[in-house]
Amino acid sequence: MGVKLLLEKAHVEGIRYYDVYRREGGYRSVEKALKTMSPEAIVEEVKKSGLRGRGGAGFPTGMKWSFIAKPEGVPRHLVCNADESEPGTFKDRYLMEFIPHLLLEGLIVSSFALGSNATYIYIRGEYAWITDILEQAITEAKNAGWLGKNILGTGFDCEIYVQRGAGAYICGEETALIESLEGKRGNPRIKPPFPAIKGVWDRPTVVNNVETLAAVVPIINLGGDEYAKIGVGRSTGTKLISACGNIKKPGVYEIDMTISVEEFIFSDEYCGGMANGKRLKACIPGGSSVPILPANLLLKTAKGETRIMNYESLSDGGFATGSMMGSGGFIVLDEDQCIVKNTYTLARFYRHESCGQCSPCREGTGWMEKILKRLDEGKGSMSDIDLLWDIQRKIEGNTICPLGDAAAWPVAAAIRHFRDEFEWHVLHPERCTTENYGLRHYADPVYVPA
Amino acid sequence: MGDLLKVTIDNITVEVPNGTTILQAARLVGGEVAPPAMCYYSKLEGSGGKCRTCLVEVSKGSEKDPRPMPKLVASCRTTVMDGMEVKNITSDRVLDARAGVVEFLLLNHPLDCPICDQAGECHLQDLSYEHGKSGTRYEFQRRTFKKHDLGDYIQLHMTRCILCYRCVFTADQLTKTREHGVLDRGDHAEIATFIEKNLQNDFIGNVIDVCPVGALTDKTFRFKNRVWFTKPVDAHRECTTCCGEVQLWMRGDEVFRVTARKDEWGEVKESTKGGTGWICNTCRFEKKQATDWVIEGPSEVSRHSVIGQGHYVNTVKPKETFTDVMKGLEPRLYMDIHDISEVNKPEVSLSLLDRPAHSTDFGKK
Ligand SMILES: Cc1cc2nc3c(=O)[nH]c(=O)nc-3n(C[C@H](O)[C@H](O)[C@H](O)COP(=O)(O)O)c2cc1C
Ligand code: SF4
Ligand code: SF4
Ligand code: FES
Repeated sequence: MGVKLLLEKAHVEGIRYYDVYRREGGYRSVEKALKTMSPEAIVEEVKKSGLRGRGGAGFPTGMKWSFIAKPEGVPRHLVCNADESEPGTFKDRYLMEFIPHLLLEGLIVSSFALGSNATYIYIRGEYAWITDILEQAITEAKNAGWLGKNILGTGFDCEIYVQRGAGAYICGEETALIESLEGKRGNPRIKPPFPAIKGVWDRPTVVNNVETLAAVVPIINLGGDEYAKIGVGRSTGTKLISACGNIKKPGVYEIDMTISVEEFIFSDEYCGGMANGKRLKACIPGGSSVPILPANLLLKTAKGETRIMNYESLSDGGFATGSMMGSGGFIVLDEDQCIVKNTYTLARFYRHESCGQCSPCREGTGWMEKILKRLDEGKGSMSDIDLLWDIQRKIEGNTICPLGDAAAWPVAAAIRHFRDEFEWHVLHPERCTTENYGLRHYADPVYVPA
Repeated sequence: MGDLLKVTIDNITVEVPNGTTILQAARLVGGEVAPPAMCYYSKLEGSGGKCRTCLVEVSKGSEKDPRPMPKLVASCRTTVMDGMEVKNITSDRVLDARAGVVEFLLLNHPLDCPICDQAGECHLQDLSYEHGKSGTRYEFQRRTFKKHDLGDYIQLHMTRCILCYRCVFTADQLTKTREHGVLDRGDHAEIATFIEKNLQNDFIGNVIDVCPVGALTDKTFRFKNRVWFTKPVDAHRECTTCCGEVQLWMRGDEVFRVTARKDEWGEVKESTKGGTGWICNTCRFEKKQATDWVIEGPSEVSRHSVIGQGHYVNTVKPKETFTDVMKGLEPRLYMDIHDISEVNKPEVSLSLLDRPAHSTDFGKK
């Protein structure tokens, strides 16, 4: 059993409610932080912990916090990004649904560290029932004196507000989120200025993912140094992985970042192996935006080393032979899955979710979708594959926000690793609509008995 | 004034005040060094950053931190640092990305220039001519929208829109009402007014002037004439609402169109009375008699557009003649706009501008 810091108590009966959560040791970190630590000392602990943002980019949280501007007389805000709309990612939902007070606890400590008296949770619109759970938890926490005026007699005031999104993936991008929170159209802002200088209502703002903020609780309880001992290298602490696809046990798992990808997929403690006796073909290890990897590059890096479930190892080899940790949405594809169709599905998503502000993303995503549809239906040509490559290349890096990159990478990776499958679709316009290219040379190195 | 910062763009060094953007600095150099800008509009706060035509490469960040910037940056929204070195037309990366952007902008564009009122003064035409390719690799149906009337004077052809947001900023900043914006997202986004509400504000006509393409057109001018057959003159009148300083687009003694005065970047000029020379709806749409105005004289159209004669050098005239193309039929009226444009010929007096088309021709049913 690996170490569990976030979900350890998630299945205690009634943990969703304040009384049980408190009885199980909840809110200790608030007492410790507010009564015995200065805001600067908390930021220091978070820096020492090595915690990296769990929302996708993996930016060191302590460093992000230390960038926040502190102009005299201007309020600052902490915003929790609970928009979780990346296909394949459903870890924040799990955390908020089962153990909402853990998030609130992390939010109170973080608000104190950043000097935010009004803190917002921006939650994905479709998570309507979780909004109710959070609202209830906030009421309970307030009644118990953890929120409101003069918390624990320390003079610190803090309110937490929940704001629901209206169903746009782009509102998970932090500056689009801020626009939406302000009641505007959720278009990403042009940076600089960054939120740390000008965020919500032009005030200094920190936006962090749900899991990042929840991780502040064990960091304060254990101390940054102890937290940093869990995991390896620059991948410290634990990470929630939402596993889905053709595996026996889809679900949310908390891992310490030392286990191998192979163990994660095939051990009974985690995914339990491939479903229905099928074999592993490919995997998108960090949510739909990150590059897909064929089985042979997934379990071992190009250097032949075992690939580990952490930031460094998953990105080993760059985009040529590696991928990214991303948001921890782990999508497993078996031998029956068609890469062309899968890529088309993703392209459709990005076309639908582009905000449409910048021309490469607005026009390029739609174009890629149409070409992929044609290829999937066996109506494409060889030159379509090169055209796709060229389109994604012209989008990547040339847009306002990373959604453009997120739309380009899956297409690039699919062509990079599975070009023969695309070509097969062109060469077999009839067959490709009724049968599957299958595994071919992407076979997993692990033998799985039928 | 603070100290001046040195910035080198395509090997030419200029000195600019702190806070200047790369684009503004490049415009000081002028010519080809100035990146094309389809969405940025210096008079509109918050504009820019969207179309990505102005991308440039920063090969040296600054004197203090000489590291190059990893990505191409939008020059309209990136401020200059001291000692910065920028590559625009000297960078293959930039030219490649820009060709991509032009292709993206034209992807769903209807290319209906022959029936578009903006033709001849369209920034997208210029951009395609200067940075685009002659063909497209797009083989799908282009998206379409219905035409919409935005009030009595303005028509929206969403098919032509490049979503530069200039009109949104204009409506927001000049009229202080939030009734004109963008609905939906991605390639299905569209400019719209709040529940089909008419735009009735006194200054809303300016959205026509800021629109770089023919998406917002003046209903009092639609299909009345091609801009290259009309002749712009500077004129003014006493107006209590706006500065009253305009350009009249005339043919003979007839006023076909009234617009604000534009500078060499296609933006509305400063008024001689101070501030930006935005004009009101009354001046634009209702004062269509030459007698309504005090005419100052022919305006200099310095914009490098089709209407500026001789701009399109090296274009190859098609070998086929009209008669070939039309299988022996003689067209009733044809012309080569490069030979005919009257706009930049101050020596041609207004009264001589009479053929080939006059509005009375349109009057005959
Ligand atoms: C298109 C797009 C969607 C995003 N969606 C989310 C999201 O749903 N949740 C999230 O935490 N971060 C999301 N992000 C990342 C955020 O912009 C931001 O980096 C993150 O909230 C920072 O938090 P962290 O430092 O704790 O990871 C998204 C980014 C992009 C470009
Ligand atoms: S990259 Fe796409 S989603 Fe991001 S700002 Fe541009 S158009 Fe909008
Ligand atoms: S209508 Fe014109 S000004 Fe408005 S966004 Fe479209 S192209 Fe820009
Ligand atoms: S002019 Fe700079 S991005 Fe459009």
